[in-house]
Amino acid sequence: MTEMQDYASRLSDPASRKFETFSYLPELSQDAIRSQVQYICDKGWNPAIEHVEPENAFDHYWYMWKLPMFGETDVDRILAEAEACHKANPNHHVRLIGYDNYAQSQGTAMVIFRGPIKV
Amino acid sequence: MAKTYQAGVKDYRETYWMPDYTPKDTDILACFKITPQPGVPREEAAAAVAAESSTGTWTTVWTDLLTDLDYYKGRAYAIEDVPGDDECFYAFIAYPIDLFEEGSVVNVFTSLVGNVFGFKAIRALRLEDVRFPIAYVMTCNGPPHGIQVERDKLNKYGRALLGCTIKPKLGLSAKNYGRAVYECLRGGLDLTKDDENVNSQPFMRWRNRFEFVMDAIHKAERETGERKGHYLNVTAPTPDEMFKRAEFAKELGAPIIMHDYLTGGFCANTGLAQWCRDNGLLLHIHRAMHAVLDRHPRHGIHFRVLTKALRLSGGDHLHSGTVVGKLEGDRDATLGWIDLMRDSYIKEDRTRGIFFDQDWGSMPGIFPVASGGIHVWHMPALVTIFGDDACLQFGGGTLGHPWGNAAGAAANRVALEACVEDRNRNGAEGLEKRGGDVLRAAAKSSPELATAMETWKEIKFEFDVVDKLDVAHK
Repeated sequence: MTEMQDYASRLSDPASRKFETFSYLPELSQDAIRSQVQYICDKGWNPAIEHVEPENAFDHYWYMWKLPMFGETDVDRILAEAEACHKANPNHHVRLIGYDNYAQSQGTAMVIFRGPIKV
Repeated sequence: MAKTYQAGVKDYRETYWMPDYTPKDTDILACFKITPQPGVPREEAAAAVAAESSTGTWTTVWTDLLTDLDYYKGRAYAIEDVPGDDECFYAFIAYPIDLFEEGSVVNVFTSLVGNVFGFKAIRALRLEDVRFPIAYVMTCNGPPHGIQVERDKLNKYGRALLGCTIKPKLGLSAKNYGRAVYECLRGGLDLTKDDENVNSQPFMRWRNRFEFVMDAIHKAERETGERKGHYLNVTAPTPDEMFKRAEFAKELGAPIIMHDYLTGGFCANTGLAQWCRDNGLLLHIHRAMHAVLDRHPRHGIHFRVLTKALRLSGGDHLHSGTVVGKLEGDRDATLGWIDLMRDSYIKEDRTRGIFFDQDWGSMPGIFPVASGGIHVWHMPALVTIFGDDACLQFGGGTLGHPWGNAAGAAANRVALEACVEDRNRNGAEGLEKRGGDVLRAAAKSSPELATAMETWKEIKFEFDVVDKLDVAHK
């Protein structure tokens, strides 16, 4: 059994901030992100891109990148929009959402580009 | 011939056995498993149950003739063999909707599971299923918020919620209890839970607990940047006291409170659910006493009926069993009542013990809560069985981590996210088989998970279930 470790999470350490689904895993690889986009398409959900300053990540409403891509199933096009959002906002969290219009909710949401967290 | 009053005792089947009756869309339908006394014919026993749970009594009375009893009576309309048990049979009974007060689970149950359960002509009686017509469903308020609203309020998408019941369940002071809550939430759980036994005992009065727990929630939210909650148990000796505690939880800004719907009762529960709708608090429901009612295969009330009763009475979470943990639960039957909690239309499916189509209309769904003896190794199975719309509660599986609650919480969160990530990539099919590899890979970047896996690698709960679905034995 490994020796007991401290759980290093601090108010004073911005790296302790999380951002919901998959934020406890290492940053997703490009390949892994592609799979998640494919999953959203396969579910019939509408992909959307949002972004925010990391210090405001707790807010419900992030900035929409354009409008949700209703009916879009081309994984490359969706990834290109995410990339464009990231390029335009390199210091922001960028999250990928799959809107489920039948459940009237988000089927999933995950941060795919992590901005540097300062607060 | 004119109707005249004749005193005396008639066979029930003359009035209440109607094999040619076609149930109306508005009837409440019930399926009972009846074990009659020796010598009592099936039709008579079925008719007796229909009579005693509706308009009948043991003898005719003259006032019967002042009303139209043929309109109001319950009707036994079908009988079926029970697969695997020759001493019992299923009786199907239709009740006209006018027999029940609108929006009152209390009233429905007073009739359906009232005096009839003590009736001498039957040795045992079990209410297996009830079909609530949409006309009746629409008179009930149901869950205060439901799955979709809870996800939006808590900002949790694309995965199950993670919870934990704080232990030891009795004896902690309020401040030490809040510490346990804080450690769980900062480690990555979404929700923690008062044990059902925790109400307001001398060692920890409710008000102190509420205050310290809210402090824990606020700090964990600031630290992690995620939304957190704790089910503050407002189950109390009297309704007035219950509402007093609920009001204080609201005053403190608590996102969710909790009630024990069977020991607290349907009257209190329905009132509290309405209050939660009006005041914007989520409602977690515990089910203490359910096994007293639902575990015996021949007597009592099946849990699928208690599930429907709660969805009508109101609650946003309900314990469902885990299938894989330490507590009783047949897998197919559990899948059946999980659907009854979450879906809007559930079709008859005898392979999962569902006897009737059930239409919930627009009534919100409930999060099934899987709790009891589960740990990280169960995660692939839990993600496969429950999908995303569930709350997975690891009590010992969080608090029992060798490095403490925060590490235990982080281990569970990493395990959950790794399983969901893999499921989305490779499909739900086969996740249980791939699970070991998925967890081992995730543990490489999470020493907390690696240690949890080492701690619980040998723990399994493999006992045969007592209450199984009825299947043929010959």
